[in-house]
Amino acid sequence: MNNNLIEITGMTKVYGEDDAAVYALAGVDVQVARGEFVAIMGPSGSGKSTLMNIVGCLDHPTDGAYILDGRDVSQMTKNELADVRNEKLGFIFQSFNLLPRLSALSNVMLPMLYNADDVPDEEAEARAVASLTSVGLENRLHHRPNQLSGGQQQRVAIARALVNHPPLILADEPTGNLDSKSSVEIIDILRNLHKGGATIVMVTHEADIAAHAERVICVKDGKILSDGRDGKNHCSGLHQ
Amino acid sequence: MKFRKIFRSAWEGLMLNKVRSFLTTLGVIIGVASVIVMLAVSAGAEASIADQINALGANLIIVSPMRGVPGASRTLLLEDAYAIEEQVVGITGISAEQNPAPQNIRAGGVTLEAIAMVGTTAGFPDVRDYAVAEGRYFTADEDDCKAKLVVLGAGIAADLFGAESALGQTITVGTTKLTVIGVMEAKGIVSDVDYDGRIYLPLNLVLQKFMPTTMMRADAVRTIYLKAESQEQIPSVIAQTTALLAERHDVDAAKPDFTVQTQQDIIATQEATTAAFRDLLAWVAGVSLLVGGIGIMNIMLVSVTERTREIGLRQALGARPSNVLTQFLIEAIILSLAGGLVGVIVGVGGSYLFGSLGTMRTEIVPLSIPLAFGAAAIVGIFFGYYPATQAAKLDPIEALRRE
Repeated sequence: MNNNLIEITGMTKVYGEDDAAVYALAGVDVQVARGEFVAIMGPSGSGKSTLMNIVGCLDHPTDGAYILDGRDVSQMTKNELADVRNEKLGFIFQSFNLLPRLSALSNVMLPMLYNADDVPDEEAEARAVASLTSVGLENRLHHRPNQLSGGQQQRVAIARALVNHPPLILADEPTGNLDSKSSVEIIDILRNLHKGGATIVMVTHEADIAAHAERVICVKDGKILSDGRDGKNHCSGLHQ
Repeated sequence: MKFRKIFRSAWEGLMLNKVRSFLTTLGVIIGVASVIVMLAVSAGAEASIADQINALGANLIIVSPMRGVPGASRTLLLEDAYAIEEQVVGITGISAEQNPAPQNIRAGGVTLEAIAMVGTTAGFPDVRDYAVAEGRYFTADEDDCKAKLVVLGAGIAADLFGAESALGQTITVGTTKLTVIGVMEAKGIVSDVDYDGRIYLPLNLVLQKFMPTTMMRADAVRTIYLKAESQEQIPSVIAQTTALLAERHDVDAAKPDFTVQTQQDIIATQEATTAAFRDLLAWVAGVSLLVGGIGIMNIMLVSVTERTREIGLRQALGARPSNVLTQFLIEAIILSLAGGLVGVIVGVGGSYLFGSLGTMRTEIVPLSIPLAFGAAAIVGIFFGYYPATQAAKLDPIEALRRE
């Protein structure tokens, strides 16, 4: 099996047409190997969100190929993309996106609602409990999001991202809404996942958070400005 | 697709917002309940009319002068009744009746003013299913020789004689003294006629003593009632009677100066009037069900807007557009079916309640329950579909970004 989990070649994303055309992505090539922990940095409007949306199978590229886990997903239908998101991807959002009226356990069980094979209730619950336990929330199963701290809420979201055992974790500004102590907690969890073999792609604009990744990709004006595998941050001074 | 799970998810969503869910269904509850209650009220009205008409007697055929034809009220004669009795096959009894002007009646020290009188032939108790409770009715011979006899309605007997037996007593009707030979059973008020508050006299006596001869022929009768041997005989009896009377009156059978009707004809005439009323009620109820459906659509649209982020998140987690559509559609259908169920309970309960209050009779129309419930389900699907498509159409990126 190809060791690259993500292979993106010549990707463009254009909004508008002709004279009014805006290139959000103007020819991006990037490969992410299995087991890598990649940070994507870049100023606002750089195209990093567009890149993240396409990597997250939430959007189609205008042109270019995107091979995820050996399958070309660049021209899939909405339904196929939904299935890919369900099986292959785990999302972690800046604002957690937990359903406020559901318990932590029910929130974590949510992705299994959309699995292609019908997971029996007991198994779904056991998997959700295991997932919450792995982020240290085994004592908060029946708490609602508003009864949890920000860091705990993000841990619930991570448990939700992990529950279907996806090959790729996508984290969009995972510490953006957290204080520094909780940020450290979350980044530690991500690093532990990485050590356990998970592939993680994280968007952030915080250099010290990006520093935890082993590779930092810098995006500007729809192009990759730098791609450092040396763990150094080449984006200093670019953002904001 | 994991229908069971999506159903449960929809159910949980509704249960988390019980007050709103209840208020959303309220329109459907009221709509369904009013369909059932209104149909029960009009069915009750029809049934009570039918009962009153059926209470005139079983297998009854009613011959009357044609209303609105000049002189027709003078054309139906006692001789016609005799001719029918002799010549028409398939009848067990006949009763001709005439109603003279009310008279004051006296017995002992008691005077009752303006009491309705009915002159009948001897077949009256049998034909009209109205039995004599005490004593007897007069015979055909007694009628023929204008015997001065009278049978009292149960109320009149009680008013004149109290607990004492009325039999053998003499009462004065106008200026004529009559001997009481019987008292009818209590029957009450049927079709606005107080049977207990009347007195029953031989028809020939009435024609001679109590009818103003200047106005009518002395032998004209108001109504002739025939009792058919069976339900099956009725059409034949009607045909024979119509032919016989047309010949006797020398009129075209297609344009008679009399009518021959069954109770069913009269019920049908009455129902035609109540049917318009019933249809109006059903429409009003249907409109309220429609308004209930619009209420569901309204709340579902609000819900889709409010839950945009939730929808975006579900899509990010792998929900297909069809999964989102199904979830919202199921929510709408659950709301309308729950509303339909509660509405059926409220409607049936309300129908019994109205009926038990005594002011109006209600009869639950069995068909109205599946009809109203089915309409509620259709309303849910119809009005739930649009909001559900709006939800399914959302772009996950936009939806997640929405605050």
